[in-house]
Amino acid sequence: MNDNTLQPKSFGERLREGIASFGLPRLIIAAFLLLLFIAAPFVGANFLTQISNVVNRFSWNAILVLAMVPMIHSGCGLNFGLPLGIISGLLGGTISIELGFTGAMSFVMAVVIATPFAIVLGAGYGWLLNKIKGGEMMIATYVGFSSVSFMCMMWLLLPYHSPTMVWGFAGKGLRTTISLEGFYDKVLANFLPINIGNLSIPTGTLLFFAVLAFAMWAFLHTKTGTAMTAVGSNPTFAKAAGVNVDKMRLLSVVLSTWLAAVGILVYEQGFGFIQLYMAPFYMALPAVSAILIGGASVNKASIANVIIGTFLFQGIVTMTPTVMNSMIHMDMSEVIRVIASQGMILYALTRKTEGGKK
Amino acid sequence: MNNKPSVGKRALSFLGDNLVPIMFIIICAVCIPVSGFSASYLINEIVTRMGRNIFLILCLLIPIMSGMGLNFGMTLGAMAGEIALILVSDWQIWGIPGVVLAMIVSIPIALLLGFFCGKLLNMSKGREMITSYIISFFFNGLYQLLVLYMMGPIIPIKHSSIKLPRGYGIRNTVSLLNMRHCLDDALAITVGGVKIPVLTFVLIGLLCLFTVWFRKTKLGQDMRAVGQDMDVARDAGINVEKTRIISIVMSTVLAGFGMIIYLQNMGNIATYSSHSQIGMFCIAALLVGGASVDKASIGNVFLGVILFHTMFIVAPSAGAKITGDSMIGEYFRVFVSYAIITIALVMYETKKRKMKSRLGLQLQADQAAEEAAGKAGAQG
Repeated sequence: MNDNTLQPKSFGERLREGIASFGLPRLIIAAFLLLLFIAAPFVGANFLTQISNVVNRFSWNAILVLAMVPMIHSGCGLNFGLPLGIISGLLGGTISIELGFTGAMSFVMAVVIATPFAIVLGAGYGWLLNKIKGGEMMIATYVGFSSVSFMCMMWLLLPYHSPTMVWGFAGKGLRTTISLEGFYDKVLANFLPINIGNLSIPTGTLLFFAVLAFAMWAFLHTKTGTAMTAVGSNPTFAKAAGVNVDKMRLLSVVLSTWLAAVGILVYEQGFGFIQLYMAPFYMALPAVSAILIGGASVNKASIANVIIGTFLFQGIVTMTPTVMNSMIHMDMSEVIRVIASQGMILYALTRKTEGGKK
Repeated sequence: MNNKPSVGKRALSFLGDNLVPIMFIIICAVCIPVSGFSASYLINEIVTRMGRNIFLILCLLIPIMSGMGLNFGMTLGAMAGEIALILVSDWQIWGIPGVVLAMIVSIPIALLLGFFCGKLLNMSKGREMITSYIISFFFNGLYQLLVLYMMGPIIPIKHSSIKLPRGYGIRNTVSLLNMRHCLDDALAITVGGVKIPVLTFVLIGLLCLFTVWFRKTKLGQDMRAVGQDMDVARDAGINVEKTRIISIVMSTVLAGFGMIIYLQNMGNIATYSSHSQIGMFCIAALLVGGASVDKASIGNVFLGVILFHTMFIVAPSAGAKITGDSMIGEYFRVFVSYAIITIALVMYETKKRKMKSRLGLQLQADQAAEEAAGKAGAQG
């Protein structure tokens, strides 16, 4: 008798606990996306096309979201300074084209050239973040902004000459958008693509992400990776255990910056264009909210968070315009995207969990 | 033992404390002659911009006082001001009555938004700035929802000059032609070709007096105590959470007024973008004036506005003259605004850390002394 009355209660409690650990906003977003998928066929959107769109956008953005992981692990918080890494990637991409590489080679060279930039800029950025422990996120935001606006001047001043990239009439200064046709447009996506009717899966891009994600997972399980996580969860303890806290944080920032550089190159190969000037300005925010939607917090993140988060976020970004438009004839997608993504960041920032950071 | 620091050291520390304004004075000193603007044009522009911006920047002082850092959430107040102005211009009330009515209408909206903002910031103590920064984005989404979809069907908007052709939502720009300069032109005097908007400056003066007076009130003292140390303030019987919310609410309401003054000078509302950059520019101007995250005075506001806007006026044409490309100057001033905020934030954080480690050493020394004294006592 007693058992019977207790049983549903404990189940309800368990459910509540489950919701609490999963996070209410996350649940709402997942439910909303599910609703969109269910509603899609009714409003005349092709289900397979929708799936392909979501998967494609997932493949463009996943690495940028992955770039969040190392800095969260080392306790540097959310990397709002992602644009710095993006700039390294942009430098790599433009220089590779300037040097005359084409096709798949231009992508390889872009990654190769971007690497030293990412290491140098990332090291400087990491050094700065080590000086200001505790205030990382705000300063990271402004480091990103300053570097983007600084590069706005540089794109005009640097001696680029390739006719595919500079303004036609002036002969100098890079264009705001550069087409990648003939260069690394879809180089990864066209590797073993799956095309069945309306369904198209960019296998190459997904594989590339899988390799990097696996490498990240493996790295976090090495001795260095464990030390990095220790620094993030309890710096005092890590220091006592003989870990060089500053060095670990620096390493994580460099890693994050490099991943952002590669991430933007992968994004470009999917998108087909290089976007310069103010384009990288707000690119950190979608990546930040994606990983948070995936279940990460300010000081905890896993590869699963990256995959779930990117899928949910990009799902909403791709699905809302089509479904909402045909349903209520109102394009509210932009507003919904802003409210959902910023709301998610806000939710994460107002959680009390600070870990061992004091 | 000579406790007084040497002249050189003092000069160095003065330089270090005022690094940002000094850098700006140098930039302005280089750019003004290059730009080739006449002195009267420059002074006219700066006086106009002072009238336009100072009220908005002054609203940042109160949250700094209560230790909540630079209030990026002032954007919320700006939104409240804009909503009020849209409504008032739909009601076709113009001139000074329109401005006054807009201010009155903005108060309840700003109170509500400020209260939310304060609540959220109380949940994220220690990272108020990044949170208030994200809050401004989040509420921008809600603002768009309100202005783009609800104004029309839910909130009645009559005039088609404001409404989008599709029947709901507000146009990209709302003209305030009948309200333009109505505060600035009332009581304006011209001194040597420079138009001085006296009424606007009187309002600014009143706010300055209010700020000075407010610091001395019980509530102002409480805020400063909370800003110094929340735990100590709580032990002293101050309701920390409430005090912090009040400080944000005050800032938001004042920002609403400031935005209305700003927009009556501009003469139109860019419905979806007027408020988005306002927080950034106000904060940059305040920091240029030598303020930091935890300390700001009215003097910083005035100096900051003058220096920042001088740079803003002269940089594009100076950049065009130096590099031959007009866009360089545009990008340069944007870069400088962001770089200034970055530098100021970095300086504040490093100073905070230094203070902390110094405090730690002090505590350690005290403890050692105490232990030694205890030992001596035990032996004796």
